[in-house]
Amino acid sequence: MSDTAERVQKIVVEHLGVESEKVTQEASFIDDLGADSLDIVELVMAFEEEFGVEIPDDAAEKITTVGDATKYIEEHKG
Amino acid sequence: MRRVVVTGLGLVTPLGADVETAWSNILAGKSGAGPITRFDASDQKCRIACEVKPADHEYGFDANKRVDHKVQRQVDPFIVYGIDAAGQAIEDAGLEDMDEAARLRAGCSIGSGIGGLPGIEKESLILAEKGPGRVSPHFVHGRLINLISGQVSIKYGLMGPNHAVVTACSTGAHSIGDAARMIRDDDADIMLAGGAEATICPIGIAGFAQARALSTAFNDQPEKASRPYDVARDGFVMGEGAGVVVLEEYEHAKARGAKIYAEVIGYGLSGDAYHVTAPHPEGSGAFRSMQMALRKAGVGPADIDYINAHGTSTPLGDELELGAVRRLFGDEIARVSMSSTKSAIGHLLGGAGAVESIFCILAMRDQIAPPTLNLDNPSEGCVGVDLVPHTARKREIRAVLNNSFGFGGTNASLVMKRPD
Repeated sequence: MSDTAERVQKIVVEHLGVESEKVTQEASFIDDLGADSLDIVELVMAFEEEFGVEIPDDAAEKITTVGDATKYIEEHKG
Repeated sequence: MRRVVVTGLGLVTPLGADVETAWSNILAGKSGAGPITRFDASDQKCRIACEVKPADHEYGFDANKRVDHKVQRQVDPFIVYGIDAAGQAIEDAGLEDMDEAARLRAGCSIGSGIGGLPGIEKESLILAEKGPGRVSPHFVHGRLINLISGQVSIKYGLMGPNHAVVTACSTGAHSIGDAARMIRDDDADIMLAGGAEATICPIGIAGFAQARALSTAFNDQPEKASRPYDVARDGFVMGEGAGVVVLEEYEHAKARGAKIYAEVIGYGLSGDAYHVTAPHPEGSGAFRSMQMALRKAGVGPADIDYINAHGTSTPLGDELELGAVRRLFGDEIARVSMSSTKSAIGHLLGGAGAVESIFCILAMRDQIAPPTLNLDNPSEGCVGVDLVPHTARKREIRAVLNNSFGFGGTNASLVMKRPD
């Protein structure tokens, strides 16, 4: 797992209170990890803080899986 | 008329996070006060409080027992305390597995005096430092007062009335009184009722200290600071926690063989119409509230054996309440025991009336009056009244009166009696 993926996983575990094994790159925040739309807003904020990236609302709306988040961050972090 | 009984209890207090631990510590005369540990209080006028203790403490609170990790992260501590106390009460009443028909007739009336002050303070600082884009999406519903009732109803599937009282320090008593009326009026068969508070944060302590409401003379002796009726009292000590009871329609409780702790027989409410923080100088609001509760209960002063006083340890309030009790009870005052458990756990604000109602119920169950700590030199107005100084006292307790008064001049009194 890449450094980014590991840090994303850690944030998701902390915020959603789920077991780390469940936080695979394929896992959907809503369908697999029990998140609601506000949890995703909070996660996006946490990713922005952690990685120093800005994730605009239209991009955030397309992030539905852990892998989507990891990919976006890897492509946009400085 | 539909009768209302108490069939479950739940407590989170500075002296224990379950009913029996908190009660045995109260009876043992322990104090929950200490230096503030939640934040650096060195620049505050008041540097002491009655904090709910951490999970690794002898009588600490473990939020993980009944509150989901995600909810804990999203909401203020008063909601966490409230969910836990409600869970305890539901378990105590044996109502964890209600079917849908029962849940349609079960509701919540759990309020708070102030709500999520620590979270409001924290997110306001984030707003100032980092801008609006960093404010939590859970900010609003994690701080709202009615979100204990909201969270509890979601967790346990309770689809009856969903209500939350906000009457400052009389919230807990009003919550129980209002919920009892909902059952009496056939809106529900079961109501989770009570209050919670958690405002031990810099702006909470500073705000009450600036209103000259908190004790500031005992920062070096925290356990001595809450001293209702004592001549040296100089303000209240802030407490935190929650109290929730299960109220149930009497025939409903009997039909399922529930353990019945007490019957709620009287509820009185009044307004001082005088001042935002100071009580009426003749205690008239307190008097009328108690008078209404007795009248509704159909009892007189001769029937009441124990009064759990509002008694916050403020110079003005304690004696005005005592004066009102004296006028209402007449000669019966010599027979009654009246104490303030705020001497042990501090003032739980919106939680106080509910927590103290539970202590009243336990006083009837065990036939013992809990003590008023630190009552070394009773003030002049206390002559001839048994304020149960220092140590708990065994005595007959058939019925109790519980008083709660709040900023804004709001008053609530409850009368409860032992089950038949």
